[in-house]
Amino acid sequence: MAKAQRSDPAEPVGIRGATAADMPGVIALDEAVTGLRKPEYWREMFERYGAARREPGSFLVAEAAGRIEGFIVGEVRAWEFGSPPCGWIFAVQVRAARRVQGLGSRLFDAVCESFRAAGVDRVRTMLARDDTVIHAFFRSQGMTAGPFIQLEMRLD
Amino acid sequence: MRLQKATAFALYAVLELAANPARQLTVVEIADKYGISAHHLAKVLRDLGRAGLVEAVRGVGGGYRFAGNAKRLTLMDVIRLFEEIGAETDAAAPLVVGQDIAAGLRFVLAELDAQTVATLRSISLSTMLKLIGRRPWAVMPSQPPARRSARQQR
Repeated sequence: MAKAQRSDPAEPVGIRGATAADMPGVIALDEAVTGLRKPEYWREMFERYGAARREPGSFLVAEAAGRIEGFIVGEVRAWEFGSPPCGWIFAVQVRAARRVQGLGSRLFDAVCESFRAAGVDRVRTMLARDDTVIHAFFRSQGMTAGPFIQLEMRLD
Repeated sequence: MRLQKATAFALYAVLELAANPARQLTVVEIADKYGISAHHLAKVLRDLGRAGLVEAVRGVGGGYRFAGNAKRLTLMDVIRLFEEIGAETDAAAPLVVGQDIAAGLRFVLAELDAQTVATLRSISLSTMLKLIGRRPWAVMPSQPPARRSARQQR
């Protein structure tokens, strides 16, 4: 269970690789932000990109006084539709009380550094078109439209 | 897409002033920098003043200065003061029987409009100023390799 304590903005926030012990906090924060509880999904993500690194990627958390205040997850994807290997961010969350204080930028910088260390020179992501908050966040980090287009169709 | 003249002038002025909120600039100073009509720009700045994005500074050395929050105001917030983006192609418009071609075209054009609106809403003035500082247009954009049609094995 996540601790029911409040964020103290004065408490310094550290960024580090996620551990198995962080998963309850990650699950609780994701649930608080999205309204969806997905414990199996996050445990699978940790298996893939956490300390064991079953696949190349990074699962980083922002933690203050033992409480998870944010996280970011990314992987290195290679040769999808001819795209050379690149970093791909597929999850980022920051607790509402900690936003607009640069924490998201620190997480973004840290995951980009892990991508550079993995030898790639580009980072990509995909997001909901109407999610202005996360879209504005990625734009503020310097991301712009890339050369790929996302398409979909209904299967029913 | 092309912006109307007044919209482009508004973006020039707001971004120029937001780049240094403590600085005040006259209409002529901004118009000269961008090679645009001072008369037209004066009208645009009055509209921006009424919207609270800039404020007039009276007296000797007067002019305009930025009065908004550059981290909150987006390109869309400025643009919609002067024109409506995406108003001409509404995919939700009622389908007229026998006009499937028109409905199909509206659907595709609405796709483009939705992308445009999402982009303009996501870029704050602060983000835009950072982008201008990086000059990404001076770098060759990355291109997807041609004629790849299937996901390859990692």
